[in-house]
Amino acid sequence: MKEENKNLPSADEKDLTAEGTLAENNAVNAETQSMAEGTAQTRELGVAEETYKEMSPMRLVLRRFFRSKLSIVGLVMIVALFLFSFLGPVVYGAFDNVSWIHDAHVRGLTLEEAVDRSYQVETAPPTPMDGTDLDGNTFTITEVVELENTSGAANDLMDPGNGHLLGTDDQGMDVFARLMYGGRISLIIGFIVVILETLIGIVIGGISGYFGGWVDNVLMRIVDIFNCIPTLPILLIGSFVIESWGLKPDQQIYVLMVIITLFGWSGTARLVRGQILGLREQEYITATEVMGFSPARRIFKHLVPNVMPQLIVSMTLGLGSVILYESTLSYLGLGVQLPKAAWGTMIALAKTREVLIYHMNVWLPAGILIVIAVLGFNFIGDGLRDAMDPKARK
Amino acid sequence: MFKYIVKRILISIVILLGVSIIIYFLVRMMPTDYIDNRFASQLQNPNSGINEETILEFKKLYGLDDNSFTGILKGYFGWLGNLVKGDLGNSFIYMKPVGQVIAENMWISFAIALVATILQFLIAIPLGITSATHQYSVRDYVTTVFTMIGISLPTYFFAYIAIRFFSVELGWLPTSGLIDISKTYADTFSGQMEKFGDIIVHLILPIFVTVILSIGGLMRYTRTNTLEVLSADYIRTARAKGLSEKKVIYKHAFRNTLIPLATLLAGILPSLFGGMMITEQVFSIDGIGNLAYNALRQGDIPFVMGYNMFLAVLTVIGTLFSDIMYSIVDPRVKLK
Repeated sequence: MKEENKNLPSADEKDLTAEGTLAENNAVNAETQSMAEGTAQTRELGVAEETYKEMSPMRLVLRRFFRSKLSIVGLVMIVALFLFSFLGPVVYGAFDNVSWIHDAHVRGLTLEEAVDRSYQVETAPPTPMDGTDLDGNTFTITEVVELENTSGAANDLMDPGNGHLLGTDDQGMDVFARLMYGGRISLIIGFIVVILETLIGIVIGGISGYFGGWVDNVLMRIVDIFNCIPTLPILLIGSFVIESWGLKPDQQIYVLMVIITLFGWSGTARLVRGQILGLREQEYITATEVMGFSPARRIFKHLVPNVMPQLIVSMTLGLGSVILYESTLSYLGLGVQLPKAAWGTMIALAKTREVLIYHMNVWLPAGILIVIAVLGFNFIGDGLRDAMDPKARK
Repeated sequence: MFKYIVKRILISIVILLGVSIIIYFLVRMMPTDYIDNRFASQLQNPNSGINEETILEFKKLYGLDDNSFTGILKGYFGWLGNLVKGDLGNSFIYMKPVGQVIAENMWISFAIALVATILQFLIAIPLGITSATHQYSVRDYVTTVFTMIGISLPTYFFAYIAIRFFSVELGWLPTSGLIDISKTYADTFSGQMEKFGDIIVHLILPIFVTVILSIGGLMRYTRTNTLEVLSADYIRTARAKGLSEKKVIYKHAFRNTLIPLATLLAGILPSLFGGMMITEQVFSIDGIGNLAYNALRQGDIPFVMGYNMFLAVLTVIGTLFSDIMYSIVDPRVKLK
C-alpha cells in the first residue's frame, strides 16, 4: 500500500484537496502522511493553482482516477493477472529440473497440454536367471524392464507437491500451469470481444444517432431484436453449432469470440446512439456541417471522440462480463476445448463429487482468478466512471 | 398513452418476429439431431425394425428432413403458423405440448426467483442508501467491495463453494434436488407438510446463491441514485429547514431514489419467470431453466424455440412495463 502511494502523483494532488484527501488517508502510515503534509506546505507558497489550470483533461482524469483506492486496487489486480498469465508460463517453464516440466520440453508440449506421466515409469522387479553356457560356465542374467504405464492414473488428481505447485487435475495436467494459460485465453477473448463489440457499436450507433429518421428506426429495431434474444441460451446454441464444425480447439476459440461479439454489441450501439443524439444538436457540429465535411468525417472524427469517455467505461465493465460469459460456456463444455485450458472447464471438474470434496486445489484457484479478473475490471471501470464524470469536483 | 401502448405492442411484434427467425435458424443449424440421437442405438440392432428409411420418415414427421435453406424456411413458417394458432408444438423429449411443459415446470423456478428477488430488494436497497449517506466511509468501502465480489462470482463457482461448505463441511443443508429421494412421504396431511418442509430446506441454498450474486447490481444502482438525489437542491432546502437527517433521507431523498428503480422492472420480469439455467443445473432442480438446458443438449427444437420466445416475450413486456411505470412514478416523463 505504501509503495503504491509513492508511485502515484499523490504528493502533488494532496495539496489541492488537502482536507479531503488527507482525512481519508488516515489508514496510510504516518510517514507518508507527514511527507505529504510537507509537500502541501511547500506547494502553498506558489504554483499549485497554476499547475491545476494547466493540466490537460487526460491528466485530470488520471489524477482523479488514482485518488480512489478501489481503482488502484483494481489496477494492481489486473496488472498482476497479466503478469501471471503472460509472464508466468515463461518463468514456470524455466524450472527445467522439475521432472514433468523437463518431460514437457522434451516432448515439445506447452505446459498447459503436458500430461504428467513421469511417475508411472515403473521398474519391474529384476528377475535373475541362472544358466550355463556351452563351455560349462555358470552366469546370471538380470533383466530390468521399465514399464511405462500410460493408461494408468497414478498422477491424476494429485495433491500439491512433487513439482506441481497446485497439484494435478483429472488428466494428470498441472493445475498451476493451466491456470496461467487459462488466464491468457480469458484475457485475450475478453479484450478482442470488447474491442469488436465497441467497433460495431460505434458504427451502428453512430450512423443511427447521426442520421435519425427512418435509418435510426430500422437500426434501433435491429438493436432491439438482439437485445431481446436471451443471451445465455443463444450463446449455448451458437456454441453447439460451432462444435459441429469440427474445428481445432484453437480455431474454435476465434469462432467463439465472434459468437459472443455477435450477441453482445447491442448495448454499446445504444449507448453511442443516445450520446450522439444529444451531441449532434451542438454548435460545433453545425460548424462542421457549414465547413462541408462529409457525414462520415463528422460522425467518426467529431462525434464519436466525444463519446469516448462513456465508451471506455462501458468497455472496462464489459471486459468483466465477457470473461464471465466465456467461463460459463467453458464450464458447460461449450467454450474452450481440451487440451486448451480455461478457468471454466477447470471449475467444471467440481461436478464430480470426489473432486468437489477432496480436491479443492483443482477448482478453487480457477474460480478465485475469475473473481479477481472480473472484480479488477469492475473496480477500474467504476474508478474511470467517477474520474471522467464531468459533474465531479476537480 | 393508449396510442403509445398500441404502437409499442405493434413494434414488439416485429421485434419478436426477428428474434424468432434468428433463433430458429440457429437452432436448426445445431448438430444434435433429436431423431438421430434417439434411434442411434436401435439402428445398430438389425432386429429393431429401425433402418435409415424409417428414420427419414420420422424426420419428415418431425419436419426435420430438409436441412437446406428453403427447408428451414419452410419449417420456420410451419412453426410460425402453428404459433399464430396458439400451438407451440410438442416437445420431443418431454412428449407433451411445449406450453404445458413450460406452465408445469415454471413454478418452482418462479418460487426461487420470487423469494430471491424480495430478499434482494430488502437487503440491497438499505445497503445502497447507507453506503451513499456514508460515502467514502469504512462502511461504504466494505459494502461496495463485498457486493462487487458478489457480482464478479460465476454462479456455478459460488454454488459449488456453498455446497462444499454448507452441505459437505457443515452438513446443514442437502446438496441437490428438491426432496429427499430416500424418503417416502405419507399421503396424509402431515406427510405432505413434511414434504413441503423438505422442499423448502432444499431451496435454501439455491436462493442464498441467487441473492448473494444479485445484490451487487441493485445495491450499486441504489447507491448511485441516492448520491445523485442527495446533491439536489431540495435536499439542501430540507436540511436548511432544520429537518432531522433521518427525515431528510427517508422522507425526501428515499422516494426520489425509487424513480430510477422502476426501470429495473424490465430486467426482473424475465428473471422471475425464466428460470436460472446454471443454478438449477448445479443443484439439479427440475425448473424451467434446467429443462431448457437439457432440451438444448438433445436438440428438442420445439421446446428450445418455445422457451426462448417465452423469454423474449417477457423481456419485451418488461421493457414496456418499465417505460409505463417510469411515466407513472415520475410525472415529468411523457410517453409519446
